[in-house]
Amino acid sequence: MTDKNKTTNILMVGVGGQGIILASDIVSAAALHAGFDAKKSEIHGMSQRGGSVFSHIRFGKHIYSPVIPNHQADILLSLELMETLRWVQYAGPDTQCIVSQEMILPAMVEEYPTGLEDEIKKLSQKTVFVDPKELIKKIGDKKYINVAFCGMLAKYIDLPEASWKQSIEEHVPRGTFEANWTAFGIGKTD
Amino acid sequence: MKKILLSGNEAVARGAFEAGVAVGAGYPGTPSTEILENLTKYPGIYTEWSVNEKIAYEVGIGACLAGARTLVTMKHVGLNVAADPLFTSSYIGVKAGLVIVNADDPDMHSSQNEQDNRNYARSAKVPMLEPADSDETRRFTVRAFELSEKYDTPVILRTTTRISHSMSVVTPDSEAAQSPSLEKVRALKPEGFSRDIKKYVMIPAFARERHKVVEKRMEKLTADADSFDINIIEINDTRFGIITSGINYMYVKEAFPDASVLKLGMIWPLPWKKIDEFSKKVGRIFIVEELDAFFEIEIKARGYTVTGKDIFPVTGEFSPDVVRETISAAMGEPLETKEYYASPKLPPRPPALCPGCPHRTVFKILNEMGLTVTGDIGCYTLGVLPPWSAMDTCVEMGGSIGLAQGIEIAGGETAIKKTVAVIGDSTFAHSGISNLVNAAYNGRKGLYIVLDNNTTAMTGMQPNPFSGERITLEASVAVDYELLGRAVGMKKDQVKIVDAYKPKDIEDAIREMLDKDSLSLLVIKGPCVIWKRKRKKKE
Repeated sequence: MTDKNKTTNILMVGVGGQGIILASDIVSAAALHAGFDAKKSEIHGMSQRGGSVFSHIRFGKHIYSPVIPNHQADILLSLELMETLRWVQYAGPDTQCIVSQEMILPAMVEEYPTGLEDEIKKLSQKTVFVDPKELIKKIGDKKYINVAFCGMLAKYIDLPEASWKQSIEEHVPRGTFEANWTAFGIGKTD
Repeated sequence: MKKILLSGNEAVARGAFEAGVAVGAGYPGTPSTEILENLTKYPGIYTEWSVNEKIAYEVGIGACLAGARTLVTMKHVGLNVAADPLFTSSYIGVKAGLVIVNADDPDMHSSQNEQDNRNYARSAKVPMLEPADSDETRRFTVRAFELSEKYDTPVILRTTTRISHSMSVVTPDSEAAQSPSLEKVRALKPEGFSRDIKKYVMIPAFARERHKVVEKRMEKLTADADSFDINIIEINDTRFGIITSGINYMYVKEAFPDASVLKLGMIWPLPWKKIDEFSKKVGRIFIVEELDAFFEIEIKARGYTVTGKDIFPVTGEFSPDVVRETISAAMGEPLETKEYYASPKLPPRPPALCPGCPHRTVFKILNEMGLTVTGDIGCYTLGVLPPWSAMDTCVEMGGSIGLAQGIEIAGGETAIKKTVAVIGDSTFAHSGISNLVNAAYNGRKGLYIVLDNNTTAMTGMQPNPFSGERITLEASVAVDYELLGRAVGMKKDQVKIVDAYKPKDIEDAIREMLDKDSLSLLVIKGPCVIWKRKRKKKE
């Protein structure tokens, strides 16, 4: 089990519209259900219009700042390749990175930058790249991809399965729990 | 009751419900919008999106004088609009509690300035509370109503974006939760307005007396503040002490868990005996406050030597790292700078007008026509960025039409033909209509364009007086642009409504109306695509 006295810091990043907020709601509520103090911080507003989006999630025995201190992210989950590198101030060499190879061109940019995967490997040795197309194939529907990413995250933070289950049930649309729970399981074993 | 995760905004709504609030009014504005949206979900509470913040505040004064505990919500710049009623409502006080939630936006995540609204508490002479997490937000909301009634004053609850939009653990008051028709609410059943002209009619003779009452009230509050349990002294390591409030308290505790701290829950008026007591127990005093040197100036004026804005920035948000690095350096123990990975330069990813937004076309046309565009507040402000690059000014809500008038007056005929104002439907209702009246009244000849997307989109799809729905989504009047034009003396051909999906019609209408030697109002209608999608899901 995760050490009850240790604070766990998770940074989720991506692009407006990718569903970062829902995914981070699921993770923070799962931590709460497991008996931790939990906080989450993000910014709504301008960022919704296709801009960069981030969500800080922190849980442990007692959490003060909702914002992760620099270089202390335990996990960086990025739903878009380039966005991973926009938030390096929070990451360090020990940060576990889970990075989707999804590439979304920002407005007014013609060419997606190259060599980013090598850069991300320089950021942290512990990086897992995920091909979103492969993942969607496995879970059957792209609607559930963020819950599958929560499953991948679950590999590294070890909250009880019941907490995840309860949280997912609370957050996904009625009638989609089974499909989401399956996607979570696939993410966790992938 | 079991613990739940709530955002600061959800926690305000929860607290207001627990306090037995009967009326909630406000105008949308990031980061305050979700307060009223959440309050609407509780039973037995009347809520409304008012046309603007001034009106919301006025509704609040009336409702509280008629005996209903009332919550008024707005973002920081909204209080500028409502500043007129604020200052005099300080004189007339309340009957049932009146609490104004005002959300500041340090770092301007979604705002045009980062003014520090703590200054309003001092200048309007009203108490202000500032919570540090969601559960405090819930409790402070209840407390604000109690203080409002006890001291006969409106109370401002100040949040910042990091409080409004962060989630933390809340333990709701189960007693309040069990029954929506709880006794507290019944006990507060509005008894109606009763006449009290010396208190409610602020002619100079009465207002002079009320000003004295206000000064006495603030003296009493200042004295009582020392015993308020929301002003907390924590004595630990006494090498230095930190005076702080709100989210900065959390940054301080993250950075220096063992530091001595005076945490101010009521940030105006200040608890002087507590500050005196704290200063005797610690060595060097640091003031940790985002934006203005608000505490610092007051505390220095009392004769203390403190360290604040000489080492901390006046702009932007703080963080645990800002606090840790700045204080460590000032204490002569600078942190080691470790070499971390530096990322390559990435192309920026600013927010943009949504793909599929029907109003993108308008900016393309305005750009191609090379017009000067006075802009306004909302999604369409994004028209300033490439590829549209079709906006030249943006100041405040409703300002586009006023600025265009000034440009016309100073620039004359040539300016009229080259200048248009662009404003959204909600913003037009907020304060654009009075600008249109001003233009008609003073003989202006400019072209004003309303981009009507049938919602208040930037803040997350709130209905407005042009969309024909209220906050509860029940049907309402939709203000008629043509009749509005008629009412200010505009002829039929001076007001045009065109479809946002017909670029040729838009371009023709702009050319035709610019050529005309008279005031024109062009309404371009195309519902927001996100609003349409959300509405479909609901149905």
